[in-house]
Amino acid sequence: MSENQRIIEIEVLRYHPEKDKAPYQQVFQVPFTDDMSVLQGVQYIKDYLDGSLSFRWSCRMAICGSCGMMINGEPSLSCETFLRDYYPARVRVEALAHFPIERDLVINMEGFIEKLESIQPYIIPKEPRTLAQGEYLQTPAQLGAYEQFSSCINCMLCYAACPQFGLNSEFVGPAAMALLHRYNVDSRDGGKAERMELVNSEEGVFNCTAVGYCSEVCPKHVDPANAVNQNKTNSAADYFMRFLTPKGGAK
Amino acid sequence: MKRPLKRSNAPIFWALFGAGGMLSALLGPILVFITGLAVPLGMLLPADTMSYANMQAFAQNIIGKGFIFAIIALFLWHAAHRIFHSLHDIGIHAGIVAKLICYGGAMVATLITAYELLAIGF
Ligand code: SF4
Ligand code: FES
Repeated sequence: MSENQRIIEIEVLRYHPEKDKAPYQQVFQVPFTDDMSVLQGVQYIKDYLDGSLSFRWSCRMAICGSCGMMINGEPSLSCETFLRDYYPARVRVEALAHFPIERDLVINMEGFIEKLESIQPYIIPKEPRTLAQGEYLQTPAQLGAYEQFSSCINCMLCYAACPQFGLNSEFVGPAAMALLHRYNVDSRDGGKAERMELVNSEEGVFNCTAVGYCSEVCPKHVDPANAVNQNKTNSAADYFMRFLTPKGGAK
Repeated sequence: MKRPLKRSNAPIFWALFGAGGMLSALLGPILVFITGLAVPLGMLLPADTMSYANMQAFAQNIIGKGFIFAIIALFLWHAAHRIFHSLHDIGIHAGIVAKLICYGGAMVATLITAYELLAIGF
């Protein structure tokens, strides 16, 4: 460490379910330099102060989406949040809100994975296509329709930000809904009717009360709130149109 | 995800909420200005704009009736939906009870409005 090294206090939410009755706070004194992220701060704790501290990380460059934590109460990627921005105050690090804690800063993401699966996150072709037909072609406008919604890195910050997911974990939620929208508006896809069943369901878009915090915390500018709210309109149209169209429409 | 999925009937309430929100945003401030400031203070509008005779004639006109009905009913559905969701936000998940009070209230008031408007005659 260089000579401009300072000491910052990092308060970490600890919880080892096999021995702790409830989560508790523990404060560590961590020497840091200007270029150190909060992730590097907790890595320092693990390497030098308490090897039992658990957290997820991989890329250290806001790509993999695994290092999401509540930092001073805000859902953030710890690898792109810097200790210098909190010093000399103490920085508080906790597991992502609204998820069950597996251990320390590691949350249980099973429910989220189930949601991702439930939206059928792959292109469902309109009709079978042979190799001889070659690749699909798309215009820049067709790409533009879904591109932004395809940049999600599954970091779940938006779920930690969403008060409605906090109240009802059955809600499909921002990221899964953005990904659902990404496939529904893809010109190559023909699976919209199947996915609309989920949009229209009691777990679907109408759980959202247009808070918008999900889009604010999203590190990839996916704007999941936009996807959710566009689908309220789609869902309402689907709801009323099925009375007009004799056959079409979902059940 | 539990399958089979149950279709939510939220679009009905959401559509009424949306219509009421649009109407209140567009017309609410003007109505407050006319009924609360302009007429009582004698600004811009003649003092007898809201006299009993004028208002009765307005309520007896078919377009006036429609206007009064839309304003009262849709504003109420908008408010009911907002209150219902705010209760949920502050942790009161009375579910069916909250629903009955909020939407039931709007429904009853809508029916009373319709009845009264018809009773005033044409
Ligand atoms: S939508 Fe944004 S905040 Fe939500 S999981 Fe994807 S990248 Fe993260
Ligand atoms: S470590 Fe990969 S996003 Fe932070």
